[in-house]
Amino acid sequence: MSSSDKPISAPPAERRLTIAKAMSEAIGQEMERDSSIILLGEDIGRMGGVFGTTTGLFDQFGKDRVKDTPISETAFIGAAVGMAAGGMRPIVELMFVDFFGVCMDAIYNLAAKQSYFSGGKVSCPMVLMTSVGGGYGDAGQHSQCLYATFGHLPGMKVVMPSNAHDAKGLMLSAIRDDNPVIFMFHKALQGMGWLGTIAGSITDTPDDDYVVPIGKANIVREGRDVTLVGLGATVHHGLEAATRLADASIEAEVIDLRTIAPLDRQTIIQSVSKTGRLLVVDDDYLSFGVGAEVIASVCETGAGPLKCPPQRIAHPDIPIPFSPVLEHFVLPDAKKIEQAVLSMMKDEK
Amino acid sequence: MSSNENKRLWMYANMVKSRHFEDLIKPAYFEGKSPVFNMAKGPIPGEMHLSDGQEPCAVGICAHLREDDVVTATHRPHHIAIAKGVDINAMTAEIFGKKGGLAGGRGGHMHLFDPAVNFSCSGIIAQGLGPAVGAAMAAKLSGSDAVAVAFLGEGAANQGAFHEALNLASVWKAPVVFVIEDNSYGISVSKSDCTAVERNAVRAISYDMPGHHVAKNDPDAISEIAGEAIRYARNGQGPSLIEIETSRLEGHFMGDPEGYRPDGEVDRLRELDPIPKYRARLLADGFEEADLESAEQDARNIVERAFSFARENQYPEPEEAYDHVFV
Repeated sequence: MSSSDKPISAPPAERRLTIAKAMSEAIGQEMERDSSIILLGEDIGRMGGVFGTTTGLFDQFGKDRVKDTPISETAFIGAAVGMAAGGMRPIVELMFVDFFGVCMDAIYNLAAKQSYFSGGKVSCPMVLMTSVGGGYGDAGQHSQCLYATFGHLPGMKVVMPSNAHDAKGLMLSAIRDDNPVIFMFHKALQGMGWLGTIAGSITDTPDDDYVVPIGKANIVREGRDVTLVGLGATVHHGLEAATRLADASIEAEVIDLRTIAPLDRQTIIQSVSKTGRLLVVDDDYLSFGVGAEVIASVCETGAGPLKCPPQRIAHPDIPIPFSPVLEHFVLPDAKKIEQAVLSMMKDEK
Repeated sequence: MSSNENKRLWMYANMVKSRHFEDLIKPAYFEGKSPVFNMAKGPIPGEMHLSDGQEPCAVGICAHLREDDVVTATHRPHHIAIAKGVDINAMTAEIFGKKGGLAGGRGGHMHLFDPAVNFSCSGIIAQGLGPAVGAAMAAKLSGSDAVAVAFLGEGAANQGAFHEALNLASVWKAPVVFVIEDNSYGISVSKSDCTAVERNAVRAISYDMPGHHVAKNDPDAISEIAGEAIRYARNGQGPSLIEIETSRLEGHFMGDPEGYRPDGEVDRLRELDPIPKYRARLLADGFEEADLESAEQDARNIVERAFSFARENQYPEPEEAYDHVFV
C-alpha cells in the first residue's frame, strides 16, 4: 500500500478512467482481497448502479455479495450498521444524496454514533456512497449536494473526489476505515454516457493498490496571489478560472478539499498565509456551509495578514430550480470565480 | 349517451390525450440530445419518466374524482395530471422550464403542482402518501365529503412511509384511497426480487382496510373497483388500498437501456397496449367510429396547442429563481 498524492493536472497516461470506473475498480479489487465486504443498494446488481459505481461486480461476485435492495432505505442502511457491528464491511449505495431524507435517522443517529455509544467498543466500518450535484435540469429533489449537512453531524467522515485517481484512492481508504464514511460523487464528473462530464475528472488511474488519505486536501495548482478552495466540480471551475486569471497575471492557488470531514484546515491556512486572499467555492447551499467553515477556520487562527476580506461562492439559499435559465444563473461557475477574484484584487486594503 | 357511456368515452379520450402528450414529449426531449445523449441538453433537460401503458390507472381512478378531491402522484405523473384536469398548457410549459409553467419553471416534470385542481406530485418515492392522508383529514374535519387519492408504484410499497401512512389512515378512518400502479419494476429491480408478498393488496389486511387487486390493465375493471373504494371513502367508511397490474412500455427514464428486461418483454407488452384494446372494446360495445375519431382529434388538438403554448412561452428572468422560497 502506498500513499499517492498526484496533482490532477498530471499528464495523461495509458490508464485514463472515469470516476465511475475508478470506483467500481476499487470496490472490486478490495472485494477480492476482503471477503467481509458486501454491497447493498438500489439497482447496484445486474444494472451495475445507476451511476456505474458497481459495473461488473454482480457478475464477478454474485448475488450473495452484491445485493439489490427494495426501496427501503431505513431498513437497508440500518441493516448495514448491524452487519458492520457483526464483522462485515458493507458498502451501501443510496442513488441520490437528496434521498437521505427518508432514512436520515439510520445515518446520523445510528451509524454515526455506534462508536460513541459503545465507548469505542463497536465500530461501524461502512461506506455510504451517493451522487450529488445538479446542472443538468433534474430539479430540486435530484440535484442537491448537502456537504454541510453531513460535514456538520459528528461521527461520519465525508469525502468527495474531483477525479478518477482520487476516487479510487479515496474509495480504498473509505473501505478500510473502521468508521462510517460518506463517499459522495459528483454527477458532473462521474463519466456516465448520459450525463455530461467535465473532462478534467477523467485521469490517469493506477491499476495497483494505493490510497488517497482521508482528511488530506490537495493543492492542484500553485499560485501566489489568491487561494481558491473547492471540492468536486468546483475544483474544475477553479482551475478554469485560474487559467483565465493567469492571462491577467493573477496566479491563483487551487485547493481540492477531497475530504469535507475531517477538514484539512492546515493546508488551507498555510496557503492563505502565503497568498493573503481566500475564495471558497462550492455548490451546496450558501448559509452555514463549507465556505463558512473554511473561512471561519482561517479567520480564527489569525492567518495572514489577509489582504482583503475572505469571500465565498455557493448555491444561494433557495431550492435548486429546474429551468436551465434559472439553474445556470444560480450555480457557481468559472466566470463567477474569475469575477470574484478580480473584484478581490481591486478591493484590497 | 348514458352517463356510463360518457364516462367510458371520457376515459378513452384522456388515455389518448395522455399518450399523445408522451408521444410529443419524446422528440422534444431528444432535441439537442443526439447524436450524443446528454441529459443536460435540449429544451427539456433532466430525467423524463413517461407513463405509456399506465394510462388506465389514471383514468379509471380519476373518472370518479371531483375537482375538490386531492391527488398526490409520483415521479411518473403525466397521465395522472391529465386525468385530474391539470391545466395542460401550464403543465407543458413547466416541463419546458418556461415562465408560464405551473411554477414558473421552478419545478419541472417531477414537480407538477396545480392547486386549482388539487394535484401535486414528487420525485421522492412514497412521499405523497402522508400528504394524501392529511388532505383527506382536512376535508373530513371541515365537513366536506371530498376524498384524497395517493398514487404510488409497487416499489413504494416497500417504503416505511407506505406502512406508516396506511396505519395512520386506518386509525383516523381517513377518506383516502391508496392506488398502487404495479408496473413490475422499480427502475431495474423486478417486484419479485424485492417484495415479500406476491400481491401488495394483501398488505391492506395489516391495516384493517379493504385491499383490492385489479389484474387487468383495463379502464373498466379499474373504474369499477375505484368507484367502490372512492364511494367507501366519501361515505365516511375509511381508507382502501387498490393494486393495479399495469405495464410500463418505456424505460424507467428516457435513455434507459433497459438491459434488465427479458428478451421480447416490451414487444409482448406492446401487443397488450391498453389504448387500442379499449378502442376495439368500445366499438364492439356499440360506440360509433365517428365519435371515437372526434374524441381522438379533440384530445390531440388540446395536446398540440399545449406544446405550441409551451414552446412559444418565454423563459423566466434568471432573477426569478429567488422568488417564492417563502410565501
